[in-house]
Amino acid sequence: MTPGVALLLEQLLNGVQLGVTLFLLAAGLTLVFGIMGVINLAHGSLYMVGAYAAAITATTTGSPWLALLAGLAAAAATGMVVEFVVLRRLYARDHLDQVLATFGLILFFNEGMVLLFGRQPLFVNVPEGLRGAVRVLPGVDYPVYRLLIIAVGLAVALGLYLLIQKSRIGMLVRAGATHREMVRALGVDVRLLYTLVFGLGALLAGLAGLMAGPILSVQVGMGESILILTFVVVVIGGIGSVRGALFGAVLVGVVDTLLRAYVPGLLRQVMAGSEADALGAGLASMGVYLLMALVLLAKPRGLFPAHA
Amino acid sequence: MTINRRGLLASGAALGLAPLAASPLSRPAIAQGAPLKIGMITTLSGAGSYLGQDIRDAFQLAIDMEGGKLGGAPVQLLVEDDGLRPGQGKQVAERFMKNERIRLLTGIVFSNVLGAVAPDVLDAGGIYVSPNASPSNLAGKECNKNFWSIAWQNDSLHESAGQLATNLGQKRMFILAPNYQAGRDALTGFKRLYKGQLAGEVYTRLDQTDFAAEMAQIRAAAPDGVYQFHPGGLGIAFLRQYIQAGLMANLPMTLAAPSMDATTLAAVGDAAVGVNLTSHWNTDFPNEASKRFVAAFQQKFNRLPTFYAQQSFDAALAIGAALKGTGGKVDDTEAFYRAMKPANFESTRGKFAFGSNNHPVQDWWALKVENVAGKPALVTKDRVLTNHGDAYSSQCHF
Repeated sequence: MTPGVALLLEQLLNGVQLGVTLFLLAAGLTLVFGIMGVINLAHGSLYMVGAYAAAITATTTGSPWLALLAGLAAAAATGMVVEFVVLRRLYARDHLDQVLATFGLILFFNEGMVLLFGRQPLFVNVPEGLRGAVRVLPGVDYPVYRLLIIAVGLAVALGLYLLIQKSRIGMLVRAGATHREMVRALGVDVRLLYTLVFGLGALLAGLAGLMAGPILSVQVGMGESILILTFVVVVIGGIGSVRGALFGAVLVGVVDTLLRAYVPGLLRQVMAGSEADALGAGLASMGVYLLMALVLLAKPRGLFPAHA
Repeated sequence: MTINRRGLLASGAALGLAPLAASPLSRPAIAQGAPLKIGMITTLSGAGSYLGQDIRDAFQLAIDMEGGKLGGAPVQLLVEDDGLRPGQGKQVAERFMKNERIRLLTGIVFSNVLGAVAPDVLDAGGIYVSPNASPSNLAGKECNKNFWSIAWQNDSLHESAGQLATNLGQKRMFILAPNYQAGRDALTGFKRLYKGQLAGEVYTRLDQTDFAAEMAQIRAAAPDGVYQFHPGGLGIAFLRQYIQAGLMANLPMTLAAPSMDATTLAAVGDAAVGVNLTSHWNTDFPNEASKRFVAAFQQKFNRLPTFYAQQSFDAALAIGAALKGTGGKVDDTEAFYRAMKPANFESTRGKFAFGSNNHPVQDWWALKVENVAGKPALVTKDRVLTNHGDAYSSQCHF
């Protein structure tokens, strides 16, 4: 395999890995939008909670399994408490109130984390046995840990598909999204259903956060930067559609990565080196927003509208 | 109730405004006779927050060590977060100057924030003493009598690293920095004294935390060394991913000080052993002022001071020396200039002087990450550059 093709494959893997992380966040966000009609800006805070809980458990106990459990449990529990204490009061209010309240939650969580753990970033190591790289194709070495993230993300996608399309709970979730009053009239405890869905979304955000911990630095505010991309994913995929979230996330991840990797090089062939690099970096960072604009031009409700 | 896309996008936009709403309301001005107020705008949230924390803590430490005074004048430090957003920094500066009537400002970590704030402060007749960011424009054509750089001009950090890479015999390097003023200054500075070839030159995003695409590019370019400038949390993420990609073992890294501070080192651990970098100061400097500072900082905050802390401490000392000369006043900027220029303070870096453009003229040292008593530490080696100023002073005419 030529080096150019090997590099392209590696960059595609990088794109899929970023996409899968975005999917874990976007799935929860889009479910909460689609079913409860709530804009939850604090979704990134749940990602941060998962990352912090796992990082602290990993450094105190040294066990990656305990860290996994702690991250998932902390994020899901925080999500359900937030739903119970704050969001439950907001379903009937308009979006501005929801945005204000969940924005307040961001400030609350960020400052809370500063009080509890300080501003210094926390560090977690990649668990033993997942360090290093494997040869996925001739000439392409790829870090094991990133492969694991891809695998987990795809497994979650499959699991969510089965849960939503094939299970009884999933049926209620789908019905709750489209015919809320009817579901309530049939005697289903919609409030409990909402809490569960919110908890599931939080759990997935926590999973994304705890898996990102060993790659990025775990720090206050880590959720906000990725949340903006997540919003882009949700809009591209179609609000409320988990399938849309998966395709949107992988699309955004791959496009973002490939633009970053190749645009400066292409520009360098037509202009001077450092100008090309600076301009290329600028263009690449605009890329996903351009993509969003293009998708919306062609399909104003996103790729997979939930209530078509 | 359904959610439309417009509402969703609007809420995404609201996210961007987040820290604006987070700033506390302005406080009323205090009557005359009160201590001299110094306004500190620094980054206390997001990926650069520990840098701002060190700048804030070290400045306050200098005030505390003199019993609430600097140069014999009672001072009060007001601190606000810029959230690494130029617009927010500008607003804080305006509030400081209008509502609090502050004339002396300091604290900014990032050059893009400084670029928005410094012109406002200087145009309004204020004084800005920079403990960190010093972009090229403020050292050259747009230099100002009332702008003081205590740390270094941005380029010099990287010029010294370029010199070190040349000294180490690196022939074909891959260089990376974020795409903002200081990042572009970094690569320009590095190339100025680096004599080898470039295997590649990449600008990353200032809000980027995943560098997988860059790691693949580095590997594909097959350089014999890597130079990168990523301050704060970015640098930690970059180094960890560099190690995870298995590059650290084969591709030596040469760095400038901000990419390997005490906090970064603690994060990266043993894998960083062997990394070469340059700095104007290090915790093991043998002079008395430095020893006193490191001991006091460690005792109070229970962590090693970073370069940022040292720069902020020196900024406080330099301001102290100026206040001593003016009798604690900052209203007469001409008098402040005359008192500040001789740099009559005991710098933690041993020797320190201001060049014609109010930027430092100082020595640069090679440091190496080594195992000291079982823990990786920054150890000072040879001098790389002597009495090094910056490339822009000749363009500066007050």
